[in-house]
Amino acid sequence: MTPNEWIENARKLSGHADQLNADIKNLAEQAKQIIWQQVNAGSQDHHIVTALTVFVLACFVGYYVVWRVTPALHSPLMAVTNAVSSVIIVGALLAVSGAAPIFTQIAGFLAIMLASINIFGGFVITARMLSKFRSKSNISRKKS
Amino acid sequence: MNPTQSGLLYLLAGVLFIFTLRGLSAPSSSKWGNLFGVIGMILAITTTIFIIPDIDIILAISAILVGGAIGTFLALRLQMTALPQLVAAFHSLVGLAAVFVALAAFYAPEYYGIAERVVSGTQEILYTIPGGDNSLAMHALMIKTGSLIELALGLAIGAITFSGSLVAFAKLQGLVGGSPLVFRGQHLLNALLLFGVIALIVFLVREQSDVIIWSLAIIAILFGFLLILPIGGADMPVIVSMLNSYSGWAACGIGFTLNNYLLIITGALVGASGAILSYIMCKGMNRSIIKVILGGFGGSAAASATGPKGPDKPIKTGSAEDAAFIMKNARLVIIVPGYGMAVAQAQHILREMVDLLKKEGVRVAYAIHPVAGRMPGHMNVLLAEANVPYDEVFELDDINPEFATADVAFVIGANDVTNPSAKTDRTSPIYGMPILEVEKAKTVLFVKRSMASGYAGVENPLFFRDNTLMLFGDAKKLCENIVKALA
Repeated sequence: MTPNEWIENARKLSGHADQLNADIKNLAEQAKQIIWQQVNAGSQDHHIVTALTVFVLACFVGYYVVWRVTPALHSPLMAVTNAVSSVIIVGALLAVSGAAPIFTQIAGFLAIMLASINIFGGFVITARMLSKFRSKSNISRKKS
Repeated sequence: MNPTQSGLLYLLAGVLFIFTLRGLSAPSSSKWGNLFGVIGMILAITTTIFIIPDIDIILAISAILVGGAIGTFLALRLQMTALPQLVAAFHSLVGLAAVFVALAAFYAPEYYGIAERVVSGTQEILYTIPGGDNSLAMHALMIKTGSLIELALGLAIGAITFSGSLVAFAKLQGLVGGSPLVFRGQHLLNALLLFGVIALIVFLVREQSDVIIWSLAIIAILFGFLLILPIGGADMPVIVSMLNSYSGWAACGIGFTLNNYLLIITGALVGASGAILSYIMCKGMNRSIIKVILGGFGGSAAASATGPKGPDKPIKTGSAEDAAFIMKNARLVIIVPGYGMAVAQAQHILREMVDLLKKEGVRVAYAIHPVAGRMPGHMNVLLAEANVPYDEVFELDDINPEFATADVAFVIGANDVTNPSAKTDRTSPIYGMPILEVEKAKTVLFVKRSMASGYAGVENPLFFRDNTLMLFGDAKKLCENIVKALA
């Protein structure tokens, strides 16, 4: 074997090694992709099921809690649920991200503003109503 | 802040909201409840601000401040008689906010974590890179199918809540007539619109396009208008409760889109609350929710009163002095207030009258029908505002057995809710409605402006009984005269 042949063989060998290396990397990449897809798919199914679980349980909690509300306080109940349902402000805040498209930012701004009217208005009006509900002893104490 | 921390804080906020409703089970604990609600909301908002990496904080805070100032101003200036219309207006704002959130998410799905990009057959979930170059992500982004359905539902329910509440507001405020607006083919049109809403949601899932989502918003808004328009003023308590429920479901829809459990919990609580209140109101009127939605009740069409007409029968009328004399010599007087009392702003003078009676040693109780007033619990708030202690105010089931032992039932501004034909006359439109059994009292004093029938357009046979004394006149004037006579 001449030194030249020897060098040539070595080159070929290293070429094979590179090829193999690339193949392995490729395979690994593919494996990763497949795993990611499965993880994502799995977690998506999982998310909707969890969300539904939370939803159904919350409906039951709401049902039992609301039936215990005394009928005399049904108006404050309505005002306070109105304030509380404005928690969609959480979704509106996501829209005023610095880099979001302008339409999204405008819609987000308006949604935050509308929800804030409800939050402040709802809680203030509930507080105003509740401050008026006084018992007999409470009222006579105030008079004396 | 990492997702675990923010998730836990959201959970805490959700629990605080549950305690808010729990606090309302008794007046004594209710102020705490409201405070819990405020803390929960502050927690929810600050947590959100901290988890959004590149939030435009100035824009966010200024929007909150502007809205907050408007809301606080409206709430402080409000007259309690106008409470139902303000609540209706607030519902419409929640609905509109839900619409805006849905549209914002539709045009920037990557900010809501609901985008996916189609890459040679495999799907890659995209998340925004905080502060990074997201320009690539802007285009040709597909929204995950599940998220798209949730988003469309949130949008549709929000839009219906918005326009429906707007109509309810206009009716309660007297901007449009309280009588139902009915026209031919209305139910068919409504059915078509509802079908259109559902069809557009399906189309949107198949093709994610601007045209479809905007059509969906417009059709849903139109549907909301036409849904509430035919419903008469008498049914408004049901409608306000129902729209309260819708605003909760809209929040739920957005919560599913964002996969945010706090929104789901809160939306479900509000939705359940509104649904229960609608049920209670329907039961109070003995009307099914379907009938209420189909509308057309409480207008002039129902005015063809059943039974013999007024002029044929004698009625007894009395003066304020007569009323004062009768009540002064009674042991137990039960007061039955209705919306007419609130309209005449007579609640304060009524309470003065009661104070004088109490000095004479008369026992006094108030009886409230579930549908007295224009929204659930409205009458209780109006009486509380006039310094009537809540332990003197009783619900229908608790007070009805007392009427038999009462010497006087003093009915002021109420009519249909005392009508005994609801129990006896099968042909009456209010047949089956639970009533306050004032006819069992020894004497019934009826404060009324005229012989006109109530909302339901039904004549009240109580007017012609021997033990009934009609006191004609303005509720406030009459109470003032009774107070003078008592003093």
